[in-house]
Amino acid sequence: MDLLTLLQVLDATVRLSTPLLLACLAGLFSERAGIFDIGLEGKMLAAAFTAAAVAAITGNVWIGLVAGIAASLLFSAIHGLASITFRGNQLISGVALNFLASGLTVLVAQAWFAQGGRTPSLQGAARFNPITLPFAESLSGVPILGPIYAELISGHTILVYVSFLVVPLTWWILFRTRFGLRLRAVGENPAAVDTAGISVVGLRFAAVGICGVLCGIAGAYLSTGLQAGFVKDMTAGRGYIALAALIFAKWRPWYALTACLLFGFLQAIALRSDLIEAVIGFRIQIQLLDALPYILTVIILAGFVGKAIPPRAGGEPYVKER
Amino acid sequence: MTSPASGTAHPAIELRGISKAFGAVQANKDISIRVMPGTIHGIIGENGAGKSTLMSILYGFYKADAGEIFINGSKTLIPDSQAAIAAGIGMVFQHFKLVENFTVLENVVLGAEDSGLLRPSLARARRELKSLAEEYELNVDPDALIEDIGVGMQQRVEILKALYRKADILILDEPTGVLTPAEADQLFRILGRLKEEGKTIILITHKLREIMEITETVSVMRRGEMTATVKTAETSPPELAELMVGRKVLLRVDKKPATPGANVLEVRDLKVTDDKGVRRLKGISFDVRAGEILGIAGVAGNGQSELLEVLGGYEKASGTIRLNGELIDLTGKHSDGQSRRHRGIAHVPEDRQREGLIMDYMAWENAVFGYHHEPEYQKSRLFMDNAAIREDAAAKMGRFDVRPPDPKLSAKNFSGGNQQKIVLAREIERNPDLLLIGQPTRGVDIGAIEFIHQQIVALRDQGKAILLVSVELDEILSLSDRIAVMFDGQIMGERLPSETDAKELGLLMAGMTGEAA
Repeated sequence: MDLLTLLQVLDATVRLSTPLLLACLAGLFSERAGIFDIGLEGKMLAAAFTAAAVAAITGNVWIGLVAGIAASLLFSAIHGLASITFRGNQLISGVALNFLASGLTVLVAQAWFAQGGRTPSLQGAARFNPITLPFAESLSGVPILGPIYAELISGHTILVYVSFLVVPLTWWILFRTRFGLRLRAVGENPAAVDTAGISVVGLRFAAVGICGVLCGIAGAYLSTGLQAGFVKDMTAGRGYIALAALIFAKWRPWYALTACLLFGFLQAIALRSDLIEAVIGFRIQIQLLDALPYILTVIILAGFVGKAIPPRAGGEPYVKER
Repeated sequence: MTSPASGTAHPAIELRGISKAFGAVQANKDISIRVMPGTIHGIIGENGAGKSTLMSILYGFYKADAGEIFINGSKTLIPDSQAAIAAGIGMVFQHFKLVENFTVLENVVLGAEDSGLLRPSLARARRELKSLAEEYELNVDPDALIEDIGVGMQQRVEILKALYRKADILILDEPTGVLTPAEADQLFRILGRLKEEGKTIILITHKLREIMEITETVSVMRRGEMTATVKTAETSPPELAELMVGRKVLLRVDKKPATPGANVLEVRDLKVTDDKGVRRLKGISFDVRAGEILGIAGVAGNGQSELLEVLGGYEKASGTIRLNGELIDLTGKHSDGQSRRHRGIAHVPEDRQREGLIMDYMAWENAVFGYHHEPEYQKSRLFMDNAAIREDAAAKMGRFDVRPPDPKLSAKNFSGGNQQKIVLAREIERNPDLLLIGQPTRGVDIGAIEFIHQQIVALRDQGKAILLVSVELDEILSLSDRIAVMFDGQIMGERLPSETDAKELGLLMAGMTGEAA
């Protein structure tokens, strides 16, 4: 395998990791605050559809992005209302929202565009296009570093760069700011936060809100960056994979990056079965390759990858004890 | 915030007509109280008397249905904890409100940060903690994780949290419940120091000794009402006890001399090593005879818990245990709790909420656990006879005066004393040869303590063997017929209660021998 082929696989890894990473960090904010969110999938799907639909109509992808984030935030608000305000079961609320998103997106798409539950194909300014970083062309002649810069680092959409910048930002917010300290505390022991005179409900809604924004960007990226339009169930379980990555990452931002790159890599090599055959010498069924990320998800969720301790108050509505 | 000096004319805290109901239960009824600045004011009452509710209202954790709060003479609204903190009130809850995997420093800073960024807040808190540590002897490693430090240290962190927020009024809810006697003494020294510095302290407790030892004024609560406020110097423990329960209570246990028979339990060279490789029991031997109570005294954590666990059948050990001369299986198939109960070893565990009961299950279900395989509770091979179990449970609850006598209530809805009575009823009514009982009256109110002690003595008088483990020296001294003191996984010595005193036992508990008995 030559350098260029390797770079192509890694390039695909980066593109495919992006939505996972955004969703994973979204889940990180929510779960660190003690709200389990199995509805990452539904939020991404709602955002993917809304972003593509609005971008198709307005012809402006930025308006699409904002609309996608708004749709995701609406779902977050419902989840927050159910699980924070009314102290409902967080898993049930999340699952319900996933079903709602799965059905509603196709229904509205069909009613709106009459293209079999899709949105029209997006072109030009209606989708996020790759950005060529400065000097990518001129430096591509430099051995090794040149192609890495030109092929791997340059040539992604703006959202890819944003998602990778969110990693250090998340770390900084969680571990270096007052908000982060309180957010982590409310996921571990909400009573400690309450008796310190801080609103548990307010903090948790803030966390769920951030989760909504990040899921919104992830969903918009799927339909306007990675693909050119919305198709039915296009998230394809990415929300669940992001949750598995979150557990794998032990709820830490930098580990989340590693975990999501691993999943992205598995998705990327599944696209290049010819390469695998060339490397290992025999053919693997493409279906098996496609299933790899999901198999890894099951393995991680079954607890085979070390002991991951979730935030202690996770999944529990906060009720002042009598 | 007002300095205590300027408020001398006014009480630091005055509550007028506070009422609070939880559903049908009236937790506080028209309560008024005045606490003078720079004093330690005790609030005493049985479990469920409404002490904690009242203080949680003062701290803004609950909202009162009616009533007014005056701080240093001016009327103050306390809708939430934020307002209480702003009014200079700090509270150390019975169950600490700490984030386990945060450092001490992070817990202190939480909610009292100076700005959006953490670094400057943490730096200031570090300096502040150092000066507080020097001022009040409150030494804690600021970088230790809460989960790695003991409960005594955790309590200091709670006090430091309040002081860091410039609290002038400190409320402590049952602060000694989780402490060893030595830690409790240290806490009282710290409280004395805080008082000298002009802080006002409210101490909630159900232990008369603590009230007598440290408070200047004491208020007594009973069933949601304030029954009296008196100067501590002008009252006595019997008078306070009477005010608490509304009738005379015997603080000494009334019992005849024991008439011990043959050995029921023979323990030889018992050794336990925990999963970290630490030796918890270092080869202990003792006997318990029929018709006697052997009390095991010791500071918590010196192997008493492990001893109970081995005897009760949920910890493996080496050595031998004989019950009525027959060997007990220590490691094999019959080394579980159920087999032990079947053989006639009943066990009232130290931590009833974790080991004695399933808190979400109903009283009648809890009243049969451990014996649910016994033939009289089976309808057929497949089904249990729930009607019989329920009837049985109702009868037991009646005989043990469990209140409310409702078998369908979840265990968590009973007070500590009544939960203990349910466990006790389950174990005693099976007529065991040997009763293991750990901390029988921990977190139990005075009325129930008396009842529980009577039941233990009555069982002894029926000729049963009883192994009593308690960290309360008073309890050991008044109940036991023979006392063994444990220290560091070993028995330091055996004494007769008539020939020893708290001082000698205290020395043995600290691992000091060589004193003439």
